[in-house]
Amino acid sequence: MAQNHRAVSRLQPWVDVENGLVSRDIFVDKSIYQQEQEQVFARVWLFIGHESQVPNPGDYFTSFMGEESVILTRDAQHQLHVFLNTCTHRGMKVCRYDEGNTTVFTCPYHGWSFACDGQLVGVPHDRAAYRGQLDRSQWGLVEVAQMATYKGTVWATWDADAPPLMTYLGDMRRYLDVLLDARDGSKGGSEILGGIQKWYMPSNWKFAAENFAGDGYHNISHRSVDLVGIGPSGRGRRDWERDDTLALNISIPEGGHSAMGFLQKEDYPFVPTYQNSPIVEEYARYCYEERQKRLGNDARMIGRVGTTFPNMSFLSRQPRSIAVWQPRGVLKTEAWRWYLVDKNAPEEVKDTLRHYYMRYSGPGGLTEQDDMENWNYASEASRGVIARRYPYNYQMGMGFEGRRDDWPGQISEGISEQNQRGFYKRWAELMAGTSWEALTAKAAKKGHNHGR
Amino acid sequence: MAVDQALGRITLEHLLLVREIEEFLYHEADLLDDRQFEAWLDLLTDDVRYWMPMRRNVKFDDQESENTRELQDMNWFDEGKETLTQRVRQILTGVHWAEEPLSRVSHMVSNVRLLQATPEEVQVKCRFLIYRNRQQDETDFFVGKREDTLRKVDGEWKIARRKVILDQNVLLAKNLTVFF
Repeated sequence: MAQNHRAVSRLQPWVDVENGLVSRDIFVDKSIYQQEQEQVFARVWLFIGHESQVPNPGDYFTSFMGEESVILTRDAQHQLHVFLNTCTHRGMKVCRYDEGNTTVFTCPYHGWSFACDGQLVGVPHDRAAYRGQLDRSQWGLVEVAQMATYKGTVWATWDADAPPLMTYLGDMRRYLDVLLDARDGSKGGSEILGGIQKWYMPSNWKFAAENFAGDGYHNISHRSVDLVGIGPSGRGRRDWERDDTLALNISIPEGGHSAMGFLQKEDYPFVPTYQNSPIVEEYARYCYEERQKRLGNDARMIGRVGTTFPNMSFLSRQPRSIAVWQPRGVLKTEAWRWYLVDKNAPEEVKDTLRHYYMRYSGPGGLTEQDDMENWNYASEASRGVIARRYPYNYQMGMGFEGRRDDWPGQISEGISEQNQRGFYKRWAELMAGTSWEALTAKAAKKGHNHGR
Repeated sequence: MAVDQALGRITLEHLLLVREIEEFLYHEADLLDDRQFEAWLDLLTDDVRYWMPMRRNVKFDDQESENTRELQDMNWFDEGKETLTQRVRQILTGVHWAEEPLSRVSHMVSNVRLLQATPEEVQVKCRFLIYRNRQQDETDFFVGKREDTLRKVDGEWKIARRKVILDQNVLLAKNLTVFF
């Protein structure tokens, strides 16, 4: 029987955080998708790639910022840049390679060429065609408004008014550290395995982003993998260290970021991991001991997943990777996946991880194949005018949010949809055109109300 | 017997061997398309290598780096029998949602050529076209080249190595639940 109290006519506003409701329109409506490109993707900080992909002058890597093709370069002075991949003359892509090394990007259309610092350095028939009137300094490649790095990761935004990256990430940095620091607790030290997985998914990008933000509720999705046992110790999906640990959902309201983690009890004994490979098991034990020494109490945090708003998601522990959900239309997403290992890990460790990553993740991964099936047909079944009358339910754990002294953010224990609510709250604020000034002021006020 | 420039002086013996190998490949395709996944696993040697690289857009003079590297980089597949067996077992759980209900799949194999042949081992190259349809209208085509090493084990041909070159950069399908 239809429950009419839920059949609100097109939930307005789209996101009703107080009641834990989100309209299906935001996953299936083309005009909302277009507004999203302008209000969200053209404003926020977006993940571009990893510094280890462009170690030398002239190295480049083509990436995306939402729908926009961009080039990450390292210039002759070792400086990193992110440019819009389009000739300033007539728009042709100046780079159609995925990665490489070059001194100039020469447009295949009319031959304008640009150096790795973006400067226009070559114009065919310059004197005859432009009669000395072309001011080359005005026609270099379009560069992002801001670019910054954090522990090897490269980020950029088109909005000059956006706060600096460190402010934008805020307390999220603590949870990104769990991803980016070496397993032994030393700072940074991660590198990307060769080969970025790229594939299309027939669903709205937000399905993936919110799943990684904090969906600890979708165990049934992966029942088949739990039955088969693909984890690095031959059981389940990943090594199990959950006994006696506390599941935390962490929302960073100041930025709309989310993470999940397990907090071990104090004096929790070492739990063997990677038991299918003695060398990796030994490395994991070594890292565990070093981590305890380096991080002390902070070593108790075992990372799970997270989403840096809006579309940079990650698995910080097993399988350790970064995912970016590039919008390609309201019902299409181009997923990219970077896989991380400790730079200094023994080769056998890297190889075991590589096999595990392929077995678990991406379109060939036994686990994630089922995620994509769910996102695919959730999108499909939400398109109709009748379906769209019924908002999704995000009420799990409402009113049970709290704070802790040891880890930052708004924190809920156990299973909760707090993180998804935080994600959509920030999405709605940006869609409403809220200024960075107002967003920052709001965050400061909220911090005051909910201070430790 | 090197047979790659054999055109023009093809022997009857060679033709019979080509037919035998074709027959093996068509039988394999039938097993997969008839969803006899466990029987398909029996066609693989215990030390089988199954590799499908990802493919980059690279400059003309940089073609050797077009494919991700076996045993070194991330690939679409770079595995042995253990993982392939896990893939089959996953489908057989009946709760692998990406293949539940099962997709309708047809493997087309063509351009079969023997590159090397000894009585115990052949290297065979072919093209594949795999059609997948699931639910109502979800449809994928996977097209590319395959290079297999087949080895005689107890008098039967088995697949000892398979290299799959899929002609795609960004994977156009949402997943790779089919066997290549």
